[in-house]
Order: sequence, then structure tokens, then C-alpha cells
Amino acid sequence: MEMTGSQILLESLKLEGVDTVFGYPGGAVINIYDDLFESSINHILTRHEQAAVHAADGYARCTGKVGVAIATSGPGATNTVTGIATAYMDSIPMVIITGQVPTPLIGNDAFQEADMCGITRPCTKHNFLVKDIRELAKTIKEAFYIARTGRPGPVLIDFPKDIQVASHKFSYPDKVNLRGYKPTYSGNIRQIEKAAKMILEAKKPVLYIGGGINLSAANDELLKLAEMTKIPVTTTLMAMSAFPQRHPLALGMLGMHGTFYANMSVTECDLLIAVGSRFDDRVTGRIDSFAEKAKVIHVDIDPTSIGKNVLVSLPIVGDLKDVLGKLLGSLEQKQESLKRLVAATEDWRLMIAEWKERHPMAYRQSKTVIKPQYVIEKIRELTNDDAIITTEVGQHQMWTAQFFDFSQPRTFLTSGGLGTMGFGLPAALGAQVAYPERQVIDISGDGSFQMNSQELATLVQYRLPVKIVILNNNYLGMVRQWQQMFFEKRYSQTVMELPIDFIKLAEAYGATGLQATKVEEVEETIKKALETPGPVLMNFKISREENVLPMVPAGKAINEMVLAS
Amino acid sequence: MKHTISVLVENEFGVLSRISGLFSGRGFNIESLSVAPTQDPDVSRMTLVTRGDDRILEQITKQLNKLISTIKVVDFTDEEFIERELALIKVATEAESRAEALRIVDIFRAKVIDVTPKSYTIEITGAPAKVDAVLELLRPMGIKEVVRSGPVVVGRGAKRSWIA
Ligand SMILES: Cc1ncc(C[n+]2csc(CCOP(=O)(O)OP(=O)(O)O)c2C)c(N)n1
Repeated sequence: MEMTGSQILLESLKLEGVDTVFGYPGGAVINIYDDLFESSINHILTRHEQAAVHAADGYARCTGKVGVAIATSGPGATNTVTGIATAYMDSIPMVIITGQVPTPLIGNDAFQEADMCGITRPCTKHNFLVKDIRELAKTIKEAFYIARTGRPGPVLIDFPKDIQVASHKFSYPDKVNLRGYKPTYSGNIRQIEKAAKMILEAKKPVLYIGGGINLSAANDELLKLAEMTKIPVTTTLMAMSAFPQRHPLALGMLGMHGTFYANMSVTECDLLIAVGSRFDDRVTGRIDSFAEKAKVIHVDIDPTSIGKNVLVSLPIVGDLKDVLGKLLGSLEQKQESLKRLVAATEDWRLMIAEWKERHPMAYRQSKTVIKPQYVIEKIRELTNDDAIITTEVGQHQMWTAQFFDFSQPRTFLTSGGLGTMGFGLPAALGAQVAYPERQVIDISGDGSFQMNSQELATLVQYRLPVKIVILNNNYLGMVRQWQQMFFEKRYSQTVMELPIDFIKLAEAYGATGLQATKVEEVEETIKKALETPGPVLMNFKISREENVLPMVPAGKAINEMVLAS
Repeated sequence: MKHTISVLVENEFGVLSRISGLFSGRGFNIESLSVAPTQDPDVSRMTLVTRGDDRILEQITKQLNKLISTIKVVDFTDEEFIERELALIKVATEAESRAEALRIVDIFRAKVIDVTPKSYTIEITGAPAKVDAVLELLRPMGIKEVVRSGPVVVGRGAKRSWIA
């Protein structure tokens, strides 16, 4: 059937299983929006293109589906860049469609022209400029395929206006043929057998888990592996919800704000089994002393992650679900050796238990001021197990990672790699669109919240009952903490001089605003917010100079922590 | 250590910037880069010369392979290969130095492809070391301009670096 370019786009989206897109209109996408007017595809109008991309990202993180965002050319398109880079760093499958000036004008400095393929080349998995309507359907097919396969990531399609209005016979390809792109899913069985052998011979093994576990949906395999071998599990920020944090084998987060016992375990281990993690500098601290005594097994679908930052004794490229499945199969046949392993590692677990006892993840409760950690614990207590928590970036993000004790996969959405303030609220919006019935909560700081607070309007318009928790210290807290610890308390530009009336702000958008200033008010405030229909903002005035601890100062080894007194 | 890498890529819009952007974005160095289509008009070959230790070279080849547009990457360093570079050299010639210039051209089987009263333009093809040697010998006469293509390489004998 003959269709216009914009119709081909929408039909292709449907064939890819897309029912919801996030976006913002403009001249270079006006034809697409005209076709969306009567389309079955649900379009959510955010109040900023950056938020549209974060919302699509939040949608993708909690569902595992490809998130889709649309923006116009020029400023609309450049507004998406932070969102795209955020998704790229965390390997989130997304397709971003940007309008572009008509092909004959490209390169002309035309009105609202920006070279989006040039701008996003380093922060997309791949990008396309559609120059010919005959290529359109194939391009969309490839974009979705690339976004969701292998190591997932965002793919941008730059879509010129003249191609949107041109017409062509629509037929959607059922296969892609990309000779330069063939991700390795199946792990090499010989390597996996070697891994099994190394595991069975270890005395002090640790599993070091990254966001890949969620992406590959290998959560069950991981849990089985840990329980079968009794190997303790430490998780990166991206993987806090990939392994139940109240499990006896859970060590919590490692790295800069990791637990004492996770960082000590990694420092002392003799075998580090890295699965879907990438030895980020916030995890490793000083790289040459990271897991110094250990052999390293590294499993990842992306070969570039392996051997990038540390020497690896045994690399295994493949999909984690496949590799862990085969590893389990291999270990299951070695029951005797497994028994020996569990016995031989008993002392190791005792040693870790001792570390845990010596420096548990704890904070000092106060009677007079609200401790942020206490608020987080209360939220955990009062919400369902499957509540989806998003965060912004800063102290509140780290406290959430440290104290929330996630128990279900894909319930913690946070910008790990890029560390994007302003991510949490639109990501929560996207998650709530994906799961209208689940509790979705954005845990925020007063600084970050203001980076995308306009999205309150979107929440209200679409009746999305996201609850927002502002842990309000009236500081850019995380930067202030660094200034306190390393810059002699010179609080340069981190004091939020103007205390905002967040309740009025919420009300101005038609949302509900609540506030707690005393410890006793915390619980009732959360309860009330959860009972109130629609979006609710809770402003908690917290102890202002509370710090995130433990902390590994920049450039130090991860066992050189500043600990809570 | 110096490595010569051959990269087969889809001959499509923006592919050169993907490769060069990868190198600049990740701080890898490129000493030379040459690009042209192959026997298959849909495929271009880039030959690049870079430097780095084993770990960096491993990252370079992995990162190149990771690009969707990359079809094949061959690091020729540990292989048997033939390497050739073309150079066009404009050298100042006085009456008394002309004979010397021609002798050098002759010894290296180069060619004089343009002559003016004050200069020769010399074309030479060979391994980069040979080009270096010629330049060294011509230098005392006064080199006005050097245009080098950067090396291109091909595997020896039946060995191919073409798409498997
Ligand atoms: C977009 C962006 N700009 C700047 C930063 C640097 N930064 C990291 S944490 C932080 C402070 C965040 O303050 P707030 O949101 O109030 O959270 P708190 O640390 O107080 O919990 C800043 C400015 C960032 N991560 N992202």
C-alpha cells in the first residue's frame, strides 16, 4: 500500500510492538504529529524533550521493551542529547526519532537545522539519517533490532521533513541483514567449563554483578548460582535490584559509596567473578589495587568491556542468561566438588560476617532532625515489594542505593554511568505509564528536582500518580560533601540560597504537596501521600549536612574508606 | 608499537566520521589513514596506522569491530603483508643539483613527473621506510612540499583480508 513517510513510521512502530511514545512537536515533525492525531499509538506530551527521552528510558528500564521518543529538528533534537547520553552509558534500548530539515536544505544552516548524526555519534549505539523513502522501513527495522539486541543502547533516526511527506509502497522487512553486526549470545562452553573449575577451586570468591543481569533477565540464574555455590554477591549501582538485597549472601553495593564489607571482600578475594559489570572507576577506585589478589573471570556480551580496565584471567563473551545457564548446568554435575567448595569457603563467609558486624550499613537516628536514611527505610517499609523507585543524582541517590534493600528486578531506575540530575522525575513518569497500577516513587534532592520539575504538569495532565520525595537539604548536597571533605568547607555555589516553597509549586501544577519537618511526621506523610490519588510531592526537610558514608576518596583504593563514626 | 590495521566498512554516509570519531573520542592516535572503495562498491577499505601497547591495540580492534558499520578488522602487524605508500615530493633543483636528484630517482626507481626550471616533482612508491630514505637524501637540496598517501597493505600470497 502507498503510504507517506510519516505513516510508514507509525505503522512500523506498531509492527515493532510500540504502543506508547514520548515526545514534543515542532515544525519538522508536524506531519508525524498530524498522523498521530488519529493513531492508536499513545503519545505522552512531556514539557521538555530531555524529559521525553528520560521518560522513554524509564519505560524501557522497567519493562525491558524499547523506549521511543520523538522530537523536532534543531533545538528539539539537541534537547534530547542528555537523555540519549544517559541511556547510552547505561545500555538502555531506545529509538529516538528526530525531525530534520528537508534533504535539499541539509548542510545549508537552514532554520532549526542541527547535525544530529554528528552530534549523537559518540552517544548512540548507532544512528541513521534517512535520505530516501525507499530506505525508511528498513532503517526503522534495523534501528529497533540494533537497539534491543547485543549490548542494548539508544539508536537515533534523523528523519527529514521531505521524506515524511513523500510516499512509497509500505512493506516491512521481516529480517535484518547487517553483516557488520552479529552479537555473540552463546558463551563458549570450554571457557565456561574453565570458569566452573576456577570457581570450584576458589577459597575466597566474590560475585561482582552489574546492570547486565537486569538487561539479560538473568536474575534467576544469578540467584541460583549464588545459592548453589554460596558465593557472596556485591552489586553495582546499576544492579541493586538485580539481586535481593536482604539475601544472606548480599553484600550490597561496592565502590566509592559501597559497604565496608563489600569493598573489603573485593580487596581480599582470590576469585572475582564479574558478570555484566564493567569495572567503572566509581567501582574500582585506584585501579591497580582493585581485587589485587584475585583471578578475574569476566562475563559480558560486549567484548570491549572485557580487559578494558583490568587484566582478566578468563574472558567469556556471551549473553549472561546463556552463560550462567550453562555454568549452572556444569556445576550441577559436580555435586561433590560443590560440597567441597561450600565447606572450603566457610571461613571466607565468616570473615565477611565479621566485617559486616564491625561496620554494618547503618546511620545514627536522631530525635530532632529528619535523617534521609530514615525516610528511605520508611518508604521501603510502607511500599509494596514491586514499587518502582527512581532517583536523581546526588546524596539521595546513594542513600537510596545503600538503604532501600531492593528485592525485585527492574525496580530501581537510576542514572548510573552519566549521573544525570533531572533523570528521576521523567523516568518515574515513563515507568508509571508502563505500569499504571504500580507504585512509582522518585526519590530526589532539592537541586535535581528543579532540573525537570516542569514534568509535574505532565504527571497531572495524564493523571500519573507518581510520588515524589524531596530529601531537602537546601544544598547541592553531594558537591557540598566533597567541599566539606576536600575543600575546607568552602561551599562555593552549593548553597541553594532561595528556599523554594515546593508545596506551592506542586499545587500550582495541580498536584498535591506535603511537607515534613519533624521526625514524627515522616511516617504519616508517606502514608498520606501513598493514599492520595494523583501525583504527590513530599518535601522532607532533612538534616542538612548529613554525609554519604562510607566514602572512598578519589584516587584511593576501595579499602581506604572514610567510615561513619 | 606501530600497527597497521585494515578495516572494511560499509560504504555509507558518515562512516569515516564514525571511525575517526572513535579514535579522537577515546584518545587513540592515528598516524595515517587512507580510505577508498574496494572491488565491491558497497564496501570501503580504511588502512590506518596507529601506535599503542597490547592493551590499547586490543581496545582499538574491539572498538572498531563494535561499530555497526564495520565488517572486518585485520591487524597486519603479526601477519605477512605487503605495504606500499605513494609520495609526491617537490624538490628545489639548482643546475648543479639536478644530476644528483636524477641519480637518487634512478636508484630508488622513482619518477620525475613534473619539471620546472627550479624544481622537480618526484613520484615514489614503496614501503614507508623507502619513502623516508628518499626524503632523507633529497633533503639537502631543499624540499618544498611532501604529499604522502599513508600506507596501504595487503596480505601476502593467497592470504586475503577480504570478507570471509
Ligand atoms: C546535570 C548535572 N549537573 C551537575 C551534576 C553534578 N552534581 C552531582 S550531585 C550534585 C548535587 C545534587 O544536589 P541535589 O539534587 O540537591 O541532591 P543531594 O546531593 O543534595 O541529595 C551535582 C550538582 C550532575 N550530576 N548532573
